[in-house]
Amino acid sequence: GIKVQKDKTQLTVSVKRFVKKLDNISDYESEEILEEKNYVAALGIRAEGSVRNGSCVSGGEVYLFQTPKRSSKMAELASELAQTPGQSVVPGHSECPEKTAKTPQSSSNFLWAELAWKCNLKKKEFVSTTPYRLRKRLSAPDSYLESESEYSASCSEEEDEEDQKEVSTVSTGQKTPAKTKATSVPPPRNTLAKKVKEDKMSNLVEEYFEAHSSSKVLTSDRTLQKLQKRRLNQQTLHDLLKKAPLAYAAEIKELNQQHESLFSKWMLQLHLGFNIVLYGLGSKRDLLEKFRTSILQDSVHLVVNGYFPSITVRSILNSITEEVLDHIGTFRSPLDQLEFIIRRFKEDSSLELYVLIHNLDSQMLRGERSQQILAQLSSLQRIYLIASIDHINAPLMWDQAKLSLYNWLWYETTTFSPYVEETSYENSLLLHQSGSLALSSLTHVLRSLTPNARGIFRILAQYQLENKDSPSYPGLSFQDFYQQCREAFLVNSDLTLRAQLTEFKDHKLIRTKRGADGVEYLLIPVDDNTLTDFLEKEDEDV
Amino acid sequence: SNDSEDTELRFVTCQSLWNQIKSETEQIQEDLNKQLFDNLVNFLRRSHSEFQEKTAEWTCRMKSREIPTAALVLGVNVTDHDLTLRSLSEVLQDNVTPYVALLEAKDCPGIKNLIQKLMGQLMNCYIDVGSLEDEDSVQVSQSRIRCSMTSLINWYGNVTKKTDSETPSKKTTSSSRHWQSPPVVVVFKDLESFTTKVLQDFIVISSQHIHELPLVLIFGIATSPMIIHSLLPHSVSSLLCIELFQSLSCKEHLSTIIDKLLLTPQFPFKLGEKVLQVLLNIFLYHDFSVQNFIKGFQLCVVEHFYSQPLSVLCCQLVDSKKRVNSLSHDQCENIRRLPSFRRYVERQASEKQIALLTADDFLKETIQKLLEELHVYHENYVPVLRCLHVFTSSLPKYPLGKQIRELHCACLENRVWETEEYESSLQLARMLNKSDLVTMLQQCVEIFVSSSGKEFDKTAEKLEEFLTQFQKLEAEAFQEQDVSVSSQKELQKKTDLYHLQKTLLELKESRRSKKLTKFEMLRFEVVDYIDSLVRNYLVPADHKTLHEIVYFNTASVLRGHLNAAPRTALHTALNNPYCYLKNEALKSDGGNISNKAPDICIAYKLHLECGRLINLVDWLEAFSTVVTAAEGPNADTPSSDQVDDIIHARFIRAVSELELLGFIKPSKQKTDHVARLTWGGC
Repeated sequence: GIKVQKDKTQLTVSVKRFVKKLDNISDYESEEILEEKNYVAALGIRAEGSVRNGSCVSGGEVYLFQTPKRSSKMAELASELAQTPGQSVVPGHSECPEKTAKTPQSSSNFLWAELAWKCNLKKKEFVSTTPYRLRKRLSAPDSYLESESEYSASCSEEEDEEDQKEVSTVSTGQKTPAKTKATSVPPPRNTLAKKVKEDKMSNLVEEYFEAHSSSKVLTSDRTLQKLQKRRLNQQTLHDLLKKAPLAYAAEIKELNQQHESLFSKWMLQLHLGFNIVLYGLGSKRDLLEKFRTSILQDSVHLVVNGYFPSITVRSILNSITEEVLDHIGTFRSPLDQLEFIIRRFKEDSSLELYVLIHNLDSQMLRGERSQQILAQLSSLQRIYLIASIDHINAPLMWDQAKLSLYNWLWYETTTFSPYVEETSYENSLLLHQSGSLALSSLTHVLRSLTPNARGIFRILAQYQLENKDSPSYPGLSFQDFYQQCREAFLVNSDLTLRAQLTEFKDHKLIRTKRGADGVEYLLIPVDDNTLTDFLEKEDEDV
Repeated sequence: SNDSEDTELRFVTCQSLWNQIKSETEQIQEDLNKQLFDNLVNFLRRSHSEFQEKTAEWTCRMKSREIPTAALVLGVNVTDHDLTLRSLSEVLQDNVTPYVALLEAKDCPGIKNLIQKLMGQLMNCYIDVGSLEDEDSVQVSQSRIRCSMTSLINWYGNVTKKTDSETPSKKTTSSSRHWQSPPVVVVFKDLESFTTKVLQDFIVISSQHIHELPLVLIFGIATSPMIIHSLLPHSVSSLLCIELFQSLSCKEHLSTIIDKLLLTPQFPFKLGEKVLQVLLNIFLYHDFSVQNFIKGFQLCVVEHFYSQPLSVLCCQLVDSKKRVNSLSHDQCENIRRLPSFRRYVERQASEKQIALLTADDFLKETIQKLLEELHVYHENYVPVLRCLHVFTSSLPKYPLGKQIRELHCACLENRVWETEEYESSLQLARMLNKSDLVTMLQQCVEIFVSSSGKEFDKTAEKLEEFLTQFQKLEAEAFQEQDVSVSSQKELQKKTDLYHLQKTLLELKESRRSKKLTKFEMLRFEVVDYIDSLVRNYLVPADHKTLHEIVYFNTASVLRGHLNAAPRTALHTALNNPYCYLKNEALKSDGGNISNKAPDICIAYKLHLECGRLINLVDWLEAFSTVVTAAEGPNADTPSSDQVDDIIHARFIRAVSELELLGFIKPSKQKTDHVARLTWGGC
C-alpha cells in the first residue's frame, strides 16, 4: 500500500511540474510571438499607403506548403462561381463542407478524436497496430454520398474512393463528437494558446505528409483527344482571340494612363543613376513601347525582347558593340566584350544608351552569368536600363552584389493587358505545334551551306523519317552515316564528315548521343512533321 | 504652368544639395577608413623592410618563405566592400606601390586564370606609371607572354631595374612617393568565394618565389578570420604570416552618417520619422549596407524635390529668403494649401487671416519669418537631442533606446515627453548617482558650448551652475556621512530583535517624513531642467508650420521603390482585381471573386483548388462553366463536350499566361496535365 501511495505522490508532483513547465513555455512563447509582432510591425510600416498598393497581404497567405486537395473541388468551385451572379456571396458559406475541407486545421483534429472514440468501442488492438490510412477506412461511416459531386463518375475509381471517404469522415466527424469533446474537457486557460498552436503545427505536418505520401495522382483520366476538339495552332488562336473583346478595356486604359504619367519621372531617375524595373500582372510591353516612342525617339536606344527563345547575352553585347559603338571585330569571350564596352563608355563621355529589356527574367536571360553581365552593364553611368519582370520568383535571380550593381528602383505597373507576344513562343500543351519557327531556322541555316553539306543533312533527315515509327530509334550511327555519305559521293574521308558535323552541331541542327555500346548516334532534334515539310520544300527548290 | 512651380530651380537645388551630401558622405567614408589604411600601410612597410635589407641569414631566409598577409575583416555587408577595397588600392597606389592587383573569385576559377588576371592588372598598372609610348607593345606582349610565375618575376626584375635607371630623369614625382623596389600587393576581394585549390596552389607557388618577388597578400573577409584556417590546411597557412585588421563595423558607420547628415543644421533637407524608419529597417533587417542607405537617402531627396513644388525653398536660409520674394502666385496658393500653414492661419486674428489668405506680399513676409523660425528650431533641436541622449543612453535597460537615431525617431514621431518611455527614463534619471550625473552634465555643457544656437549661452551657464553646486555639496556631504555612520554604529550595538525592529521602523518613519537631502533636491532640479529643455525644444517637426517644405514624409513611396514585393502585387491582382480595375462588377467581399473577373483571375482561382497535377480538360470545363455563366443567361448552356472556340482560345491564353508567371509548368507524368508550382494564395 505504501509503495502505491508514494508513486501517486510522485505522479502528482511530476504532473505539477509538467504543468509548470508548460506555463513557462507558453509564457516564453507569447514573448516570442510578441517579438515577432514587433519585427513584423517594424517591417510593415506603410502609413498613408497609396490606395492601390497591392502589397498589403501578409506573407503567410502567399507562401504555403502543398496541402491535400480533392479532385472534384475545381468543378465545385466552378459551379459555385457560375451560380453566384456577380458579387453575391452565399451567407451560410462557412458551414458547407467545402469550407471545412479548406481549413482542415480545425476539422482533422476532431477526426482524431472521433477515431480514438470509435476504435475504443470496437477493438483496442487496432489502435496500436493498424496504419493510419487503414484506421480511417475502418472508421469511415457510409454517409459519404451527401458530399459527392457529379464529376466523380469520370474519375479513376480506386484512389478517388479513398479520397471521398477521407473527406466524408471529416465532414461527419465535425458534426457531433467535436462539440462534446470541446465542452467536456475545457483545457486550462494558460495552455490553451499553446495547445492550439501545437495542434496547428501537427496538422500542418500531417497535411504535408499526406500531400506527399503517394506519388499517385488524384486527377481524372480524361484527355484532350476525347474532347473531340481540334487542337488550335498559333494562327487560329490569334484570330480567335481577336474576335473576343478585351474585358475592362476602359479600366485597363485608365491604369495605363496612370503609369504613363510617370514617364518623365523615370527619365529623371534613370539619369540620376538608378535603373528601373517594372513588375505586376499584365504585359508591360506596350507600356515600355509607349515610353520608347514618346520619349526615347531622339536618343540611342536598344530594345531587347527577352522572351524571344533564342536571345542570348552575347547577342545583346553584339548589338551594342556593332550597332552602337560601330565596332567591327569579334571577341574571345563575353567578358572581353563587356570590358571593351565599359572602356569605351568610360573614355567617351558623349556616349549614352538606353536599354529596354522586356522580360529580364526570361528563360534565356535568367542565368547567373547573363545576369552578372547585364548587371555590370547597367552599372555604367551612361547606360540607362529599364526592364520588366513577370515570373513570381524573378527576384531570386539577384543576390546582394547584383542588386547593388543594378541599383533598381521598383515600380509596380499592373496593366492587366494580355501577354500576347510574350506567350507566343511558349510551347503550350494545348496548341498544335506548327513548328514554323523551327522550319524557318532550318531552311535559313541550310541555305548558307554548300550543296554537299545540304546533301549530308538530307541523308540524315531521310533516314530519320524512315525510322520515325520505331519508338526505340537511337539515331544514325556515325559509321553507317559515313558509309552512306561516301556512297553518295558527298565526302571522301571521315575527317571531312566530322568537320561538317561540327558545323551542324554549332548551329544546333543535329545532336549526338552515345549509345550503350559506345557508338556515336546522330539525331535531328526536330519533330517529324517539320522535317517532312522541310524535305518537301527542299525538293521544290531543287 | 511648369515654370510657375520653379521646376528648373528645384532641379538645380536638388542637384547641388545632393552633390554636397555625396561629397560629405565620401569624406566621412575616407575619415573612417583612414585609421585602417594607415595601419595597413604600416604593416606593408614593416613586412617589406626585410626584403629590402636582403639579409642572407639562414633564420631570416626561413622566415622569408612566409608571405606577409593582412586579413582584413570587413563585415557582412558585402556590397560595401567593393568601395572600401577600391579606395584602399588607390591609397596604396598613391603611397606605397604602383603594383596593386584586385582579384575576384568569379574571375579566378583556376590557378591559370588567376595568374592571367594578376599579370594583366600588374602590367597595366606598369603602363600607368610608365610613359604612354610603349603601351601598344606591352599590350601585345601581354597576350603572348606565357602566364607563369617565372615570367612574372622577370617582369618585376625588368620593371624595377628600369625604374631605378629612369628615376632621376623621368618620374621624379611618382618614384618619390613609392619605395625602392616596391612590393606587389594582391588583394583577394572575397576570400570566402575562392576555391580552396586555387588559393592553396597560388600560395605554395608564390612562397617559393618570395625572394625574387616581394609579394604581400590582403584577404577581404566577410565572416570571421577563422575562415582562413578552414579554407587552407595547416601546411599552407603556415606559409603565411598573417596579421589581422578589423574595419569599422557597418553600424558605427551608419551612426556617423546619420550624425553628419541628419543631425545637423548644415543640410536643409530633413527626413520624416516614417521615412527614416523605413531606411533603418531596410538597413537592419535586410542588408547592413551603408551604400544602400545612402542610395535610399538620395531617392528621398529626389522624390521630395520632384513631388513637392515648394521644395524650391528647401535651401540655405539666406537663399530661401530671397526665393520667397520671387514666388509666383501659384506657389503662394500652394503654401496656403499646406495643412500646417492652414493650422497656423486658424490660430491668427481674423484680419490677419484675411491678409494671409489674400495678400501675397504679406504672405511672403510671414513665410520668411516662419522659415527663420523653422531654421532656429532645427538649430536648437540637435543640441538638446544630444543632451537628452547623454542622459538616456546610460540608463539601465535604455527605455528610450541606446542609439541617438532611436531617440531621434521617438522625438519626431510625437511629443516625446508624453510617452511612457520618457516618463520611466526620467524616473530612472532621478536615481542617478552623483558622479554619473556630474559627468553627464559636463558632457551637456560641452554640447551646448560647441553648438551654434544663440539661445544656449544661458543654458550652458545654468548647467555650470548646477555643477558648482554639486561641488559645494561635496564638502557638506562629509558631515552627513558622519551622522549616518554614528547611527549605524548604534544599530550594530543592539542585538535584541525587538529593539532592532523598533529602530528600523523609526528609521523608516523618519526617512519618509524627512526632507530630501540637498543632493536629492539638486538632482530633482537638474532633471526638471532637462525636462523643460526637452519640452521647449524637442517638439515634433510636424507640429511646426511649413515643415512640409523641408521634411520628406511619404514613406510608402520609398518602400515601394526600394523594398518591393512583386509576388504580393501579383497575388493581389489575381485574387482581387478590383484593387486595380475599378469596376463595380468586380467588387467582391471576402475571399471570393466574381465570375466576371478577367480570364486569368478565374483560371488562377480554379487552379488553386487542385493538387499537384491539374487535368487540363477538367480545368477547361470548369473555366467554360464560369465564363459562360458570366456572359449571361441568354447564351445557351453548352454541354460539357462542346466548348465554344473562343472560350477555348481564352482558356489557352490564360493558361499560358499562368505558365509565364511561373504558377504552373507542363508535366509529362500524365497526358494533358500540368503541374502546380505554388501552394499559397487561397
